[in-house]
Amino acid sequence: MTVIQTKNLKKVYNPETIPVVAVDDVDLAVEEGEFTAVVGPSGCGKTTLLNMIGGLDQPTGGTVSVGGEEIGRMSQSQLTDFRLNNIGFVFQSYNLIPVLTARENVEFIMLLQKCDKAYRDKRTLDILEKMGIRDQMNRRPAQLSGGQQQRVAVARALASSPKFILADEPTANLDTKATESLLDIMAQMNKEEKATFIFSTHDQRVIDKAKRVITLEDGRIISDENR
Amino acid sequence: MSLTLYMKLGWRNIWRNRKRTWITASSIGFAVFFACVMQSMQLGSYDRMIENSVRFYTGHLAIHEKEYWDEKILDNSFSLSGLQDLDITNGRVEVSVPRLTSFALASYGEKTKGVIVTGIDPEKEADLTFLDDKIVRGEYIRDWGVMIGEGLSDYLKADVGDTVVFISQGYHGVNAAGKYPVVGILKFPVPDLNQAAAYLSLGQAQSFFGAEGLVTSFSMLLHDQEELFVAQSEISTSLASSEMTIMNWQEMMPELLQGIELDYYGGLIMIYILYGIIGFGILGTFLMMTKERTYEFGILTSIGMKKPKIQVMVAFEILMLTFFGVGLGLIASFPIILYFYFNPIRFSGEAAAAFENFGYEPIMPFSMDPVVFYNQGIVVLIISLFLGIYPMIAIKQLNITKALKE
Repeated sequence: MTVIQTKNLKKVYNPETIPVVAVDDVDLAVEEGEFTAVVGPSGCGKTTLLNMIGGLDQPTGGTVSVGGEEIGRMSQSQLTDFRLNNIGFVFQSYNLIPVLTARENVEFIMLLQKCDKAYRDKRTLDILEKMGIRDQMNRRPAQLSGGQQQRVAVARALASSPKFILADEPTANLDTKATESLLDIMAQMNKEEKATFIFSTHDQRVIDKAKRVITLEDGRIISDENR
Repeated sequence: MSLTLYMKLGWRNIWRNRKRTWITASSIGFAVFFACVMQSMQLGSYDRMIENSVRFYTGHLAIHEKEYWDEKILDNSFSLSGLQDLDITNGRVEVSVPRLTSFALASYGEKTKGVIVTGIDPEKEADLTFLDDKIVRGEYIRDWGVMIGEGLSDYLKADVGDTVVFISQGYHGVNAAGKYPVVGILKFPVPDLNQAAAYLSLGQAQSFFGAEGLVTSFSMLLHDQEELFVAQSEISTSLASSEMTIMNWQEMMPELLQGIELDYYGGLIMIYILYGIIGFGILGTFLMMTKERTYEFGILTSIGMKKPKIQVMVAFEILMLTFFGVGLGLIASFPIILYFYFNPIRFSGEAAAAFENFGYEPIMPFSMDPVVFYNQGIVVLIISLFLGIYPMIAIKQLNITKALKE
């Protein structure tokens, strides 16, 4: 089943003054359960592509469909709801809510989804257990290492049972050990929870783990390799 | 999201930057403290001024013959029995006293001075003006004799046991003359009274002025000054068919009311300048709070938290920070105001003389009126809510992709 479909997707910054084409005519289909890396040099349009797929940025042209639903026509409010229920985000610098504990951070997304308490508690503990950080659940982000914070971020992204997870350079701030550990966990989640992952990265360790590697250059897909 | 979660987030967020929170809350607290103390002093001194003036001069309400207020002569007096027939009994009135007031020349030895002679019902007057407490020498008047102010006593060099002669023009122009032994010396906090007041019993005064059965005013003290206009209206209805009218102290002493209002608004300007300065401090905090968290707001929006929810979360932070600051100010000001409410500052020496020259009692009383406290809380809350518009607009206009690049 196709989870993400883009057609002629285009993003031009400053179209009226000095146009900068960030994404140029990208056609892409991502199937359920994929573990995909979008790679390329800095400035090739990876983050812009992910932002448009995630409904964070509006395309200049073309369409993005998620689960068959075109998101370009949605209002900002509808998009926020859509992201909440369909997309999990993992950012480069973890971006947990600093005043909430690891457990509360994971639970927070389900509170936004208005899930009942029993479900929230079970889901939170299950995911934290799978991520191997249940023993750290009552600590705030500042009391966790970078690797642990990123695991909490992945747990938060998974907690809402999204159709797919967008991870923008998730290992950029992690050391080798933490990176490998995180990738193993994400691969395990991909397998066990059938979670679809799309990464933007230029970290070779991530690329090596990916089942599909899409290479961008100057906003265009120059290769799309299934492994 | 539940209210509890908003409150939890708000509370924890304001403590993310403890130093800034303490500085902001302290500045709000200082403004509230200063404003509370200042307003308590203002209202306290107004209450005291009104209390003094009302008790010594007019009462909260006073009944006069219709022409009396424009022309304060004995010919415009009225019959006390006529008033009693109208039955003006009113539950809001605590005490009412008849008075017959006019002017006379007082003489003792080689000294003569113009004085205000007031004929009083000694018992009732003691209830209204606590005149008996003002006795510094001699005793309180019963039926015979005169009580005079300490300043007048000093001027005339007449003390208890001396006989003072009074000369005046009585009712319908009759000659009034009489001599009365000084039975008591009174000390008033108001210098005007101290230097010119002479009290006879009502019967003596009526006899002296040839105004048997007549009074110039029937002053009333209310249980609650807030009921001034209601009581006036009710009694006015009873007097409708008579030659008498009722006035409140604000009508009888407009200069006192104007003075209070002028001083009050002067004080308000000071307080508003203070709030203006504090307001800029609060705005600075809100600007920083919004700017440094733009990225975080972007993250929250991207993971699916709608902007109105972020606005509510920030509004809780603003409210909590404000309440915290206001609370600090109130906690700091309450015991101080309470202490000075029971132990007003008493001036002495030149400061006291300066007060007395302006006709004021030389003390600085404080007010415990709840308005002192909640006014400041409400004003600071309004300022904070107004300034809180900025973060609300910033969140509403948040561009997620720009925010994520912050």
